[in-house]
Amino acid sequence: MFSYEFMRNAFAAGTIIAIICGIMGVFVIARNMSFLTHTLSEIGFSGAAFGVFAGWAPLNGMLLFTVVSSVIVGQLSARSERREAATSAISALFIGLGILFLSLANKNASYATSILFGSVIGISAGDVQQMLWLSLLVLVVVFVIYRFLKFDSFDHTGARVKGLWTNALSITFLVLLALSVSVAAQIVGSLLIFILLTLPAATAKYFAHTVGGMMVLAITLALVGVWSGLVLSYVTNFPVSFFIAAIEAVFYFIALGWQRLQTAE
Amino acid sequence: MESAPILKLEHLGVTFPNHPVFNDLNLTINQGEIWSIIGKNGVGKTTLMRTILHQLRPTHGKISYLPSQGEVTIGYVPQFRNIDADYPLTIKDFVGLNLTGWKLPWLSAKERAKVQKILDQTGLKQLAKRPIGQASGGEKQKAYLAQALVEAPNLLILDESTASLDPVTKTELLDLVTELNQRLKLTVLFVTHDIPMAQKYTQHYLMMTPGKVEQGPIANLTTEKVWEGENV
Repeated sequence: MFSYEFMRNAFAAGTIIAIICGIMGVFVIARNMSFLTHTLSEIGFSGAAFGVFAGWAPLNGMLLFTVVSSVIVGQLSARSERREAATSAISALFIGLGILFLSLANKNASYATSILFGSVIGISAGDVQQMLWLSLLVLVVVFVIYRFLKFDSFDHTGARVKGLWTNALSITFLVLLALSVSVAAQIVGSLLIFILLTLPAATAKYFAHTVGGMMVLAITLALVGVWSGLVLSYVTNFPVSFFIAAIEAVFYFIALGWQRLQTAE
Repeated sequence: MESAPILKLEHLGVTFPNHPVFNDLNLTINQGEIWSIIGKNGVGKTTLMRTILHQLRPTHGKISYLPSQGEVTIGYVPQFRNIDADYPLTIKDFVGLNLTGWKLPWLSAKERAKVQKILDQTGLKQLAKRPIGQASGGEKQKAYLAQALVEAPNLLILDESTASLDPVTKTELLDLVTELNQRLKLTVLFVTHDIPMAQKYTQHYLMMTPGKVEQGPIANLTTEKVWEGENV
């Protein structure tokens, strides 16, 4: 399996994605932003379609659309009571735009499928390098603002009282999330990226006792899902995103069952 | 000997669009005093606290922090907090959240000692490893108090933070605040509707009513005065 360059690239990319999604996922869950993450992944699809239409690499189109829209989404849904409605409206608009750009680019349905569901075959060493730099950027920023981000994510009231710039933090986090979505969509596709950004961390929440522990467990679960998914996809020739989605969902249901048992005791 | 002033409000007023919340409020709070801030819902108590916390800009008047703004640090304990019961956040971690700054993600030895000290002072030492989401109402309020105090503020605001507690837990928490007030010379503003508790634990009162603010020693706060015009 590792004699093929595309599989080596896919494993390298998958590892980077699992680490970034495990870390960012913890804040996605703490900030209750699963739906917003789903929307950003749809915006990523639209951006990739725009990239194809404009003759760019899909990743560049994704980066442009997700970063710009994350700031707009953050501003529009700063008030939690209107977050769901605003997110739905933006989601609908961007799916429509994605379809329009694909149509204008004269690309067929299989191209749309590869953007939506990802592809392991198409990942080059250059893509891996680009993912690595973007992921390092995300990690460095998270490292620098970690204490503020943790405070605001796990105790928003306390952070506001402390006088932290919670709106600026929220927008910074959304931009980081946009970068993570663009990076991770390369392998699992824009439609399923929210799986890795939500399920491993949502599962880890039930087993971990500290935020650091939640992060380590979320990374581990994401790594297990991505690596197993790649192996199973290689062996069976079924889509990698199906296996990753199924594995992460099983982990999550086990966690829910375990939590119910704990509550019953 | 009277203590030095720590907070001075002069002709302070806050007006929301077409709605004056309070006006011409004058108040001097000295170091180490405990004040109760009372009044009906919607009269502007929390607005006043948010103004003191720099979260709202006053429309009129000024606030002076003495001897200087940098020397007055404020700890705030709100009534409500949205903490997910499943968060993997221990009481110790929760208290440490308030230690911020451009620092490494993990707490330094000095910061860990600060957390330990406040856990000891608030009687939370045995509960340090309990997830905050699984703590009882009283334990949570103590954890909120410990978080507010971990940076050793000299002014503490309790914003209806005992409202949802049973009488025994409420008394336990306020006994603790009184002890900290005496030991650390902590100045306390206690926003409450609970007049007997205000009479028992505070030395001065500020009663806010629409268009009028009254203040004085707590001994002057009689039940008749409170009920006259349904002021709480």
